[in-house]
Amino acid sequence: MTTHTTTQDTAPGAPAPGETVLDARGVTMRFGGLTAVRGVDLTVGAGEIVGLIGPNGAGKTTFFNCLTGLYVPTEGEVRYKGDVLPPKSFKVTAAGIARTFQNIRLFANMTVLENVLVGRHTRTKEGFWSAVLRGPGFHKAEKASKDRAMELLRFVGLDHKAEHLARNLPYGEQRKLEIARALASEPGLLLLDEPTAGMNPQETRTTEELVFAIRDMGIAVLVIEHDMRFIFNLCDRVAVLVQGEKLIEGDSATVQGDERVVAAYLGEPFEDAPGAEEVAEVEAAEAHAGTTAEATGARADTTTDAAPGKENDR
Amino acid sequence: MTTQTTAPETPSARKADTAAGLLPLPEKAARALALGGSALTIVSTFLAWTWTADFPGDLTVYGYPGGLQVLVLIGALLATLFALASYGVRGLGWLVPGGPDAALRFATLATFATSWYTVLAISTDLGGLVNLEPGGFLVALGSLAALAGALALPFQRPEPEPIDPDDTGWEKFKHGAAYKWETTKAVFAADAPRPAATLPSYAEILIIVAMLALGLVVFTYGIGTEYDEQFIGFLITAGFGFAALNKAGLIAHASQIASRHTNITICGAFVAAALFPFTQTNDQYATLGVYILIFATVALGLNIVVGLAGLLDLGYVAFLGVGAYAAALVSGSPSSPFDVHFPFWAAVLIGAAASLVFGVLIGAPTLRLRGDYLAIVTLGFGEIFRITANNLDGTSGPDLTNGSNGVSSIPNLDVLGFDFGAQHDMGGFTIGRFANYFFLMLIITAVVVLVFRRSGNSRIGRAWVAIREDETAALAMGINGFRVKLIAFAVGASLAGLAGTVQAHVTYTVTPEQYLFAGPIPPNSAFLLAAVVLGGMGTISGPLIGAALLFLIPNKLQFLGDYQLFAFGLALILLMRFRPEGLIPNRRRQLEFHEEAEAPTLLTKAGA
Repeated sequence: MTTHTTTQDTAPGAPAPGETVLDARGVTMRFGGLTAVRGVDLTVGAGEIVGLIGPNGAGKTTFFNCLTGLYVPTEGEVRYKGDVLPPKSFKVTAAGIARTFQNIRLFANMTVLENVLVGRHTRTKEGFWSAVLRGPGFHKAEKASKDRAMELLRFVGLDHKAEHLARNLPYGEQRKLEIARALASEPGLLLLDEPTAGMNPQETRTTEELVFAIRDMGIAVLVIEHDMRFIFNLCDRVAVLVQGEKLIEGDSATVQGDERVVAAYLGEPFEDAPGAEEVAEVEAAEAHAGTTAEATGARADTTTDAAPGKENDR
Repeated sequence: MTTQTTAPETPSARKADTAAGLLPLPEKAARALALGGSALTIVSTFLAWTWTADFPGDLTVYGYPGGLQVLVLIGALLATLFALASYGVRGLGWLVPGGPDAALRFATLATFATSWYTVLAISTDLGGLVNLEPGGFLVALGSLAALAGALALPFQRPEPEPIDPDDTGWEKFKHGAAYKWETTKAVFAADAPRPAATLPSYAEILIIVAMLALGLVVFTYGIGTEYDEQFIGFLITAGFGFAALNKAGLIAHASQIASRHTNITICGAFVAAALFPFTQTNDQYATLGVYILIFATVALGLNIVVGLAGLLDLGYVAFLGVGAYAAALVSGSPSSPFDVHFPFWAAVLIGAAASLVFGVLIGAPTLRLRGDYLAIVTLGFGEIFRITANNLDGTSGPDLTNGSNGVSSIPNLDVLGFDFGAQHDMGGFTIGRFANYFFLMLIITAVVVLVFRRSGNSRIGRAWVAIREDETAALAMGINGFRVKLIAFAVGASLAGLAGTVQAHVTYTVTPEQYLFAGPIPPNSAFLLAAVVLGGMGTISGPLIGAALLFLIPNKLQFLGDYQLFAFGLALILLMRFRPEGLIPNRRRQLEFHEEAEAPTLLTKAGA
């Protein structure tokens, strides 16, 4: 990654470490009788990478949508750098929170460069008349935008494909482009919704480095993910959402060791735990099955670190 | 006529691997037949085809071609050139960057269709084959031979899919039909053309000039056709001829060269358009020219709303009406309730401003809707405008528009002492009333083209396209969707209003019935949308060509009469089935095709 070339000049307003960028207090979201998110508190500090995990249907994306202005929380409030978030998603972006989507939502028939230029929308002002009259200011602003967009494309490693249509990019590059497009709005906080869904381990590694590079630019990152290895490598703090409520929050080790988290993912043991008799019975059955035992063991291994991504639109 | 080309020969599809033609002829013989047939057709156009001048166009003369013979001659010349190029004749290689065979097939098809259409038209009009002179039989024979030769040329057959033995008879039939269709497509398929070489810029500009001149000639010929047969022949030749040029790769080359000199091409196109009135001897066809231009300009304005911002507006003609009414009311017309006579520049400003206000008023409540709902609401507003204009006659409402009689006797424009109603002499040419308005309208068109190009390629234009592509994502990128859409709506409305101010003066009268949702006379909402879709959404030349075709076809083919809308619907269905991107594909689609040629690996992954 060519991170270090851009780190210095891209974070002019980088907040001092320790300052709170995002502060969600008691966020509750109800859809009619259904409470999707109940009283969730979450803070993200400057220069922090925070992970949000939870089983499918836990309300992670709903919570995300509350942070990005797509939904207005029924109760509670979300503050970005001290100000309550406006209720419209484009105003939230203008305020400084950018996001990517769980199922990639690029502008498929625009070129890669144009996609990033659209991301610059909030940071430029040229309106209709300026476009038609084309004064000197217009060309200057357009050139500045293009330069900045190319810089971001270099950052994610897509500058050689600037003129390709977004739809023709391979999957991993579409993910990168979505991140570049979000970065183009010069956010203080980047929300990534399952950035590695559908990626192979190598691509996941690249994404990991990319997220670290973004953090080094002074941008705080909040990430939803199912890939546990990815989350625990990446995040300074991890919050676990289960059935709309925050179960626990803490560093990787704390969360990984917590019984309730394991229970939320794998289910709780029965009320009366299996006695020695049953265990022996099961072992006998396994020995009997013989060849299948190996396969089940392998499957149990994979479930923890690669839970299937949902709504993967490939 | 087209089915004939494939139907009887398909049994030979069994030996799928051999690169044989549709007809069982050796390749050399086939090529010679195509060339010989084309040459014979050329010769026969100089002969008489019929004995009497009763058939229009006078085809009785030996020595030079006339009427439909000219079209056949052009097609045959094209076919001969492609046939020679397929022999690898030196100096003709530039003609066929995409391979000669498919182009040859289309060129011979153009010749065949036009000449057989002529021969059949002579026979039916005059009552029997007996009316044909030897030249008529010769041309039929020659063009058929050329077509047969071209179809016998080898081509890459598609791989037949294995047949499931459990299939019912109907499924087997479907299977067979699908394979035949694939084969037909393969016959006329061409390779992607090689990229155009970079020529010195003066040469490229000369090529652009030649292209524009060709375009002007084709357009002038089409608009000047005097009888149904000639116009149909023109459509056949132009259609298949264009396909032949396209398959030869010449269209791709031309657009590549034009895209290197966009500004020169656009300026040149305006010069070519401005030359059109000078090619006309009387006002009859200049009239068509100015109506086409009004229609095309409004369609281009609609293209901002539909093609760029993706807002389906089915009531767009109302904005044209608002502009026209505004200009008519301040024109000093005796039937206008306002006794004022504003200068033209003021009328233009008022017309555009009135449409703008109307656009914002309609847009503000409706643009919160998406997709189909927006279409329905705009359709409703378009009708509301017309009915309101009908009712503001002093009895059912305040007297503003003079009801269904409309505002009539709108005086001709007089700008800086230049009377638009009178004839003027310019360098030996007489320029009549409609030609004057043609020039004025051309300026308005230029304004619309400028606005379209400049706004399309800017921050606001990108925001429009982003909204069209994915509104949720666009909002998440910080685009104020409502505001941006409202701007698109307002800009489109005021451009239509601008055209309306000229239209009021051209037509003398403004009545509510000119602004229908759908009707036989072109500037109505349905035809405007059709012009955009047919020509190609998001392009400049697309709506212009679409509008010209949609105006000329009903105007020239009087015999269609009541079946006009039916034929129009049928044509639209066929177009959407076989060329959904429109006649002129958008730059983005071109890019797609470009990438297909360049990096096929990318496309396989991006299937969905």
